[in-house]
Amino acid sequence: MPQVDLTVRVGGDSAAGGIVTTGEIVARIAAYSGLEVYTTRTIPAEIKGGHVMFQLRTSDEPVYSQGDDLDMLIAFDQESIDNYYHLIKPNGFLIYNGNDGKPPAPNGVKQYGLPLNDLAKQINFSRGRNIITIGAMIKLFDLPYDKATEVVKRQLGRKKELLDQNLLALKTGYDYVEQKISAESPYHLIPASGGIEEDRLVMSGNQALAMGAIAAGCRFYAGYPITPASDIMEFLAAEFPQIGGTMIQAEDEIAAINMCLGGSFAGARSMTATSGPGVSLMVEALGHATMTEIPLVVVDVQRAGPSTGMPTKVSQGDLRLAIFGAHDDAPRIVVAPVSVRDCFYQIINAFNLAEKYQTPVIFLSDQDMSVRVVTLPPFDLSRVKLEPRLLWNPNGDHSGNGARGNGSGNGAGEREYLRYKLTDSGVSPMSLPGMPGGQYTAEGLEKSESGAPIYTPEAHARNFEKRSRKLANALNDYLAWQMYEMFGSPDAPVAIVGWGSTIGPVREAVMRAEKEGMPVAVLYPKLLNPLPVEHIGEFLKNRQKVIVPELNYTGQFGRMLQAQFGREIIPLTKYGGVPLAAREMYEKIKQTYEELKVKA
Amino acid sequence: MLIEPQTIPLHFEKVSLKPTEYKSDVKPIWCPGCGDFGVLSSFYKAISEMGIPPEQLVVASGIGCSGRFPAFCKAYGFHGVHGRVLPLATGIKMARPELVVCAVGGDGDAFSIGMGHFPHAARRNVDITYIVMDNEIYGLTKGQPSPTSPLGLEKKSMPYGNVDRPINPLMLAFAGGATWIGRGFSSKPKEMTELIKQAISHKGFSFLQIYSPCVTFYDTYDHFKEVTKPLPADHDTSDKMKAMQYAMDDSTLYLGLYYQEDRPTYDDAYSGVRQKATKGEYSLENLMSRYKR
Repeated sequence: MPQVDLTVRVGGDSAAGGIVTTGEIVARIAAYSGLEVYTTRTIPAEIKGGHVMFQLRTSDEPVYSQGDDLDMLIAFDQESIDNYYHLIKPNGFLIYNGNDGKPPAPNGVKQYGLPLNDLAKQINFSRGRNIITIGAMIKLFDLPYDKATEVVKRQLGRKKELLDQNLLALKTGYDYVEQKISAESPYHLIPASGGIEEDRLVMSGNQALAMGAIAAGCRFYAGYPITPASDIMEFLAAEFPQIGGTMIQAEDEIAAINMCLGGSFAGARSMTATSGPGVSLMVEALGHATMTEIPLVVVDVQRAGPSTGMPTKVSQGDLRLAIFGAHDDAPRIVVAPVSVRDCFYQIINAFNLAEKYQTPVIFLSDQDMSVRVVTLPPFDLSRVKLEPRLLWNPNGDHSGNGARGNGSGNGAGEREYLRYKLTDSGVSPMSLPGMPGGQYTAEGLEKSESGAPIYTPEAHARNFEKRSRKLANALNDYLAWQMYEMFGSPDAPVAIVGWGSTIGPVREAVMRAEKEGMPVAVLYPKLLNPLPVEHIGEFLKNRQKVIVPELNYTGQFGRMLQAQFGREIIPLTKYGGVPLAAREMYEKIKQTYEELKVKA
Repeated sequence: MLIEPQTIPLHFEKVSLKPTEYKSDVKPIWCPGCGDFGVLSSFYKAISEMGIPPEQLVVASGIGCSGRFPAFCKAYGFHGVHGRVLPLATGIKMARPELVVCAVGGDGDAFSIGMGHFPHAARRNVDITYIVMDNEIYGLTKGQPSPTSPLGLEKKSMPYGNVDRPINPLMLAFAGGATWIGRGFSSKPKEMTELIKQAISHKGFSFLQIYSPCVTFYDTYDHFKEVTKPLPADHDTSDKMKAMQYAMDDSTLYLGLYYQEDRPTYDDAYSGVRQKATKGEYSLENLMSRYKR
């Protein structure tokens, strides 16, 4: 049992500013104090104005979801009190602005109204209310003051003058509680054991992803700003020039993906990152990448749509777009990470699959996992292995290259190079500009083995087969690289098959259900196309009930499984733009077990 | 630990190959008499005279009759999607600045679907050559007016006459900030070859518009013979205002080099970024430690 398991929500109007910053600082103070953290946020798409919510779950044991009920609400405005007060646990806390907030009649929830306006005025720092609140919180909950100053320095230390003001605000809040409420901290958050001592990283999914891309040898990125993917571009803009990489902010998403095609054609491991609207624009070029067999990684940080939809809210609605978004059959690989940490490891797999099979790979992250800041163990760099692209060897054995001498080569390669050579694996050795004799045209038209345009039914048919055949081999890598998560009770009659970031709440729900005598088996494949049919089929054998949770309206993955396996699937779809809650998953498991009992 | 992706070090050494040795085995599919034949043979001639090693040359294209161009060259080629040749060429050049990169297109590919990319490639001054074979018509889709078709032109999709005013490609190049701007005519092979050579030699974004008539859907050979003439011999190619004045003239269409300037190329600028960014030894371990609590 964890000694600490605390869910804190911070709410306010973004026009006042600093809500997310407040949440992030509290999260970091917890992390620096030796706790695990898991955060989520919902922000308006507008720069100023609109309601902002930041939620932090912190514990001395690993946490997998944002938490259901609140232990503490920090409400910067009345709307936050009105909307969230009922979520506070009976013995929880409300911290609010005592100058203008009106909390409901006391009901056991401990209420602390801090005169934030007065305190901010005292120190002549009107924007200091957030940090004053943090200072008060530190004192109320006996969090280490030195960690708080360290975090404030790291987060807000860019301007000396502003930093001094913020540190003063921190002290003001702290002193207020000490003098006006209680000299001794009334509550204690940090367990006596002092928390976790091992190294922890504090980072978001987009940061983990970008770091993974660097580890995967990615050296070319072109992108166009879009919420919630932009910070991948910003991360690489700072890092790439230091390692010989190239980052281009393109004029639009169409330009971005075409630049990446050019970069990869020229030999660089290339990536672009966007969200659903951007993927819509990239569909044509994705088909082209399949046709020309060019390795490419396209990150889709899914957000709520369709169209502009809700840019800052989560969704898992792009699965069909990722797999099928193309004219005619244009097979591609689709990879879905399940967590912030997994973004690092799976983006490496995505690059390896792209390079190994000379194909576009779509990487389905989502808004929630992309911006969520969590604690995680440092990445195991010894696990990073790169699959090389199969390159043409002009001086080597030509047997794999269709040696048909025609004297057209230049120097070493005195035989014709066949870029689109039909091989058993479907993968053909690729030459790169600069290799004498390896000249070919990356051809979007249907083509012969050499790349010359050709429209015969035979050539077209066998190239379809080639382009499909090579992807089937990715299923071996799925098993070898263990691109799935499996947990719970292997023999349970009830199973969950899911994908992406719902795994956290599912994990917690299953732990709770199993404790209550409802065993559940869980499988999360991270390769969604080609679908690991055999592996999933084996897992589904003898299950009485299969639940598929996902954040979209139609249950896109569930329907795919239904079509593939011809069996009943119980969808748990959520489509309001917020993450799945552990409780919702738990209720579904419970309900499923009740139905089983009725049947029995 | 930092895994480096593979690179191929290149150094440019002139080769001596005949123009025909740059020809691939793929036979051009253009209509007999198409202006693009002239452009292609001037292109072979230009790269032959410049001694460009075929394996260090990349020819990229979009869609249209012009899109087939790369396949006819024994260079590395990229036949991309419609209108996106400039981003494609930008990607190739920025990933491997040592390569010679030429982008080719037609007036539909360049100024209709692909227009959005033109000013950006120009303002970045990507060190590539952009040759637009302008026939003032959509040829491959059988004769619809293009963005350079004249007003009143009667074609199947505008049976009562074209009401969309034509754009001025040269002025677009000026507005975008292209650092080399020229115009040729496919019936003037000698001058065209010279222009292609200069355009490729120029360090920066060079834009070469070439009138290349479509014999099948809009035969303008006689028209262009009538209205084109060389820029005055004393034209100062560093005089932007004067160059624009010539470019604005729509009764006489001047041929030759309009304008040229030296400005850092995109890859030069990015080298500067790299210098600025580099802070000594880089490792994943260090990167990770920045996120340690």
